[in-house]
Amino acid sequence: MTEAASPSATTTFSEVCDLLAPFNKRGITVTPSTTFSSDLDLDSLAVMDLLAAIEDHFDVTVPLNMLPDLETVGQVAEAVDKIKDD
Amino acid sequence: MDLFDKFDGILGQREQLLSLGIDPFSVCMDRVISQTEAEIEGRHTILAGTNNYLGLTFDERTLKAASETLTAEGTGTTGSRVLNGTYSTHRRLEAELKEFYGTKHAIVFSTGYQANLGTISALGGKDDFVIIDGDAHASIYDGCKMSNATIVRFRHNDPEDLDKRLARLKQPGSNKLVVIEGLYSMLGDKAPIRELVEVAKKHNCYVLVDEAHSLGAMGETGRGLAQEAGVEDQVDFIVGTFSKSVGTIGGFCVSNHPKFEVLRLTSRPYMFTASLPPSVVASATQALKIIRTTPELRHRLWENASRLHAGLAAFGLDVGEEPSPVVAVRLQDPFLTVKFWDTLLKSGVYVNMALPPATPNGLALLRCSLCAAHTPEQVDTLIQRFGEAAEKLDLLSEKPAVAVAG
Repeated sequence: MTEAASPSATTTFSEVCDLLAPFNKRGITVTPSTTFSSDLDLDSLAVMDLLAAIEDHFDVTVPLNMLPDLETVGQVAEAVDKIKDD
Repeated sequence: MDLFDKFDGILGQREQLLSLGIDPFSVCMDRVISQTEAEIEGRHTILAGTNNYLGLTFDERTLKAASETLTAEGTGTTGSRVLNGTYSTHRRLEAELKEFYGTKHAIVFSTGYQANLGTISALGGKDDFVIIDGDAHASIYDGCKMSNATIVRFRHNDPEDLDKRLARLKQPGSNKLVVIEGLYSMLGDKAPIRELVEVAKKHNCYVLVDEAHSLGAMGETGRGLAQEAGVEDQVDFIVGTFSKSVGTIGGFCVSNHPKFEVLRLTSRPYMFTASLPPSVVASATQALKIIRTTPELRHRLWENASRLHAGLAAFGLDVGEEPSPVVAVRLQDPFLTVKFWDTLLKSGVYVNMALPPATPNGLALLRCSLCAAHTPEQVDTLIQRFGEAAEKLDLLSEKPAVAVAG
């Protein structure tokens, strides 16, 4: 399971990065550990706009309840993969 | 490490404002003169940011009801609705609400905030979904947070987006509650309620409409947007507040659901707080009677709204396309907005200022709310002072060719 998940996670991560580009106003290099609040300086509303774009792109529902656990770009990519598997 | 370190960002922003000599979130009304006037820092000021849409705070009938009840029943109930805090006065208000909305049930909460908190937190159970508009009021977000439901957000006022998001929720048999507002408080924009309700019903959802800003301002008898749009029969719950058109404080939820009253035993924001003071309850009851029988108040409110909207639009200020009881000047630059707001205040005009992230789309707003008690002369003064302030700040790049005001 873990082995099968990693290539997919990598693809998901790069797709999330593409979706993130318009929000990356400082143009920083995004890694899985990049955080939305301190590294990307996104306020709570911008994070939710980004999530809406991610939901549409992957055709998934990311409930607001998950927000507190989604601090980094990598965590979002993992969450998307997990939701797609469910 | 200090417990308050997490607030350093916001403290920094505040320091920046204070360094300009402006403290926009500490305005004090030194003396309230009427529904539409107060003395602030020694200046006579026209109030255009009170949400007091119908001006009932000083109506002699609501004053009389409140003062008689104050003397007869005291300053407070000192207890919860489920213990010693329900007087016949509270029951009469609930009876008036049922009559006002034509519903079988009505529950009164101690604030509008608690009405959303109490209703949504109790209704949203573990296996349920609550689907909310992205621009929902903080009380709706907080009600969701306090519930055990799964929370999904759709794009503001976008029926297609709601449709798409509801279609993604495949869990069979789960209950879904769609929450929208009649009039959105920051920009004063109306929900496309017919389309949203149609989509929600197509997906077998319950619908809750928060009429906080539309109660009293819209609909034939002032019930709000659902009444105006003729969709009340498809709305399961209406939430509202007494702190805007009703002119006092408190909140409510009305419904025809046969089991609705169980919320009195399950809603923590209803149970674990003191009930409203009887004098407040008596003035709210009186105000609701006035609202449903006095359409002239609504007409005056909308006349004032149209007058201000047209006047500000004529200066080239972006006030949106349609007039509404909330007229919001949309600006991009927060610092300019702060200066604009301060110039207005110093010229004797009070409006609300709202900055991101409390605003949609990162806008900075000078938010005006109109009152039926504003005279046309007061509205003209507001327009004139907005024009003077805009000119002082060099915001009038070109003179308006044709004034559309009238």
